[in-house]
Amino acid sequence: MIETADQIFVLLLHWLVSFLPAVLQPVASAVLCAAAIVCFFPALFALTTWLERKGLGRIQNRLGPNRVGPFGLLQPIADGIKSLTKEDIVPFSADAAVHFLAPIVLVVTVFMGFAVLPMGRNMVLADLDAGLLFYFAMGASTELAVFMAGWSSRNKYSLLGAMRAVAQMISYEVVLLLSSVVVVMISGSLSLTKIVAAQNQYTWGLPHWYIFTPWGLAGFVMFAIAATAETNRSPFDLPEGESELVAGYHTEYSGFKFALFFLGEYVAMFSISGLGTTLFLGGWTAPFSFLTWVPSWIWFFSKLMLSIFVFIWLRGTLPRLRQDQLMNFAWKFVLPMCLLNLLVTGLWRFLGDGWLRWVVCSAILLLAYVGIALGEQRKKHIGPRSYRYAE
Amino acid sequence: MTTLAGFLLVAALLFSIGLAGALTRRNAILVLIGIELMLNAANLNLIAFWRYGPHPEALTGMMFAIFSIAVAAAEAAVGLGLVISIHRHAHTTDLDLMNRMKG
Amino acid sequence: MNLVFYLLAALTMAGGLAAMLLKNTVHCALALTVAFAGLAMLYLDLDAQFAGFAQLLIYVGAVAILVVFAILLTKGSETPKDGVFSRTWLAGLAVAAAVFAVLAWSILQSVSRLSQAAQAPTVTVQQIGMALISRYVLPLEIVAVLLTVALIGAVIVAMHEKEGGAQ
Repeated sequence: MIETADQIFVLLLHWLVSFLPAVLQPVASAVLCAAAIVCFFPALFALTTWLERKGLGRIQNRLGPNRVGPFGLLQPIADGIKSLTKEDIVPFSADAAVHFLAPIVLVVTVFMGFAVLPMGRNMVLADLDAGLLFYFAMGASTELAVFMAGWSSRNKYSLLGAMRAVAQMISYEVVLLLSSVVVVMISGSLSLTKIVAAQNQYTWGLPHWYIFTPWGLAGFVMFAIAATAETNRSPFDLPEGESELVAGYHTEYSGFKFALFFLGEYVAMFSISGLGTTLFLGGWTAPFSFLTWVPSWIWFFSKLMLSIFVFIWLRGTLPRLRQDQLMNFAWKFVLPMCLLNLLVTGLWRFLGDGWLRWVVCSAILLLAYVGIALGEQRKKHIGPRSYRYAE
Repeated sequence: MTTLAGFLLVAALLFSIGLAGALTRRNAILVLIGIELMLNAANLNLIAFWRYGPHPEALTGMMFAIFSIAVAAAEAAVGLGLVISIHRHAHTTDLDLMNRMKG
Repeated sequence: MNLVFYLLAALTMAGGLAAMLLKNTVHCALALTVAFAGLAMLYLDLDAQFAGFAQLLIYVGAVAILVVFAILLTKGSETPKDGVFSRTWLAGLAVAAAVFAVLAWSILQSVSRLSQAAQAPTVTVQQIGMALISRYVLPLEIVAVLLTVALIGAVIVAMHEKEGGAQ
């Protein structure tokens, strides 16, 4: 009974595919899985837009949308109808082919990342041996779509926004990769299913998730920072926050193409939350050994929604970082901490089991973090505030 | 015509296209794009021979291709840095105009 | 020589041709990206998964963006007034055609002596890692030094000179 609930989607897939001849079955299975992903995540996107507006509203001491349906739950449908029926304006001097292709490239590369995420026990579309590398390859292709959007609009503000977005995404891509390498070092494989399997053990009822180790916690924090920057979310949303002030890379898009950019951004958020869950939070494994009877896919999506909630919370709480501040942060602070984390992970493996490695690794990471933070603070000379009045 | 010959022909054609572009275009960056195409064609050649060669388990072809990708990326970075620096000095990237050593 | 190979080969060659023939430099860079992606899929067709994904990550994700940035920093998106092909284009084309003729002739001559389709080798990332650390450790270390030197060199070459730095 528990087995059936856990494997219900796998059994459903096998039953649907069994109607076809054996030659077509692998292709049909892949197509059905892909169709399920393409249908499910946009639905989740609609729910998340509602959640975001309500959540941000409450953080900012106001109600969110509450007119369209009970608690505003039908608001995404209203937004969808608006986006799809608006006139699609393409500027006269815009580069028509590239302008048309940019949102398509973005959405395609973002959805490809889901192919390697294990969403439950035995629920991976493609169990690739180099799954993590495939995910990062797809993530790197997203930057090109952003550039295409900004350049093809023939608008100086769009181009500037696109250049800033690409510079930010490239810098934090390095951080993202380095903070994921520590997980690969310890689990010994690039395959995401093997990484989850390595975390599927319990000691005294507690799981072996990588976030519960010193290097895993540091890696997870840096991964979260890089994930927020990769998806252009606040506090790193200068490329799109500019659209409220001046313009951004999707300013010349209207109607369905703008909806595609919006969809692409949120689905990228889901995708990278899914990856963070898989690498550090144990993927589809339960948090306590007595809870393993709950289906695995429920755990995966709960952790995913928890990450989305933290993203929304960050957006409502932290102020936006300036471009030079976020680039400095990436190259001068987070990247050295990532390299130190690599060293600490090597030490963890080398010191062997026992309490010594916990103490040594935590001490090194804490000392480095506090040391660098204090060093930066001392340089700033923040004194009492001074005012300058007009003469 | 075997599969290997097909891959080698594609690589040879891509190499010639890159060579033609590198020899005929004016813009320095397009010459660098031609060079990148040539390097990629050589990589395809290496991987095709690795796959259909005598000892694929020795991984020689794949390793060679991976190192070639890394070196080509480094060379593209340095080459483009040079083009930017020349543009700052001569205010043009037109190779037909850059035919004197005198700065 | 199945349909997938023909489609991917056509895509790659179309991308390469467009990269060398189009007038707008940024369009050329985007066509080059299509060629890179086509090549990555050809590597996947050859069961070289690590090389294919590395090609996507490095070339499409980094080198293409580098080329695009360089084009924008050197005002390459403006069309030049003298045309896009140099004065000696015919000689270049002839040389390239000659090179292709020689290569194609040598391939077609030796087609009978090349081996047939072998069993697909199962290459795991673990094997690649072991090979990198045991047999290819010297090239690995040299490539690390090379990349560091190239990075520092490219930054120094492309950096703005300070005012009065020539003195």
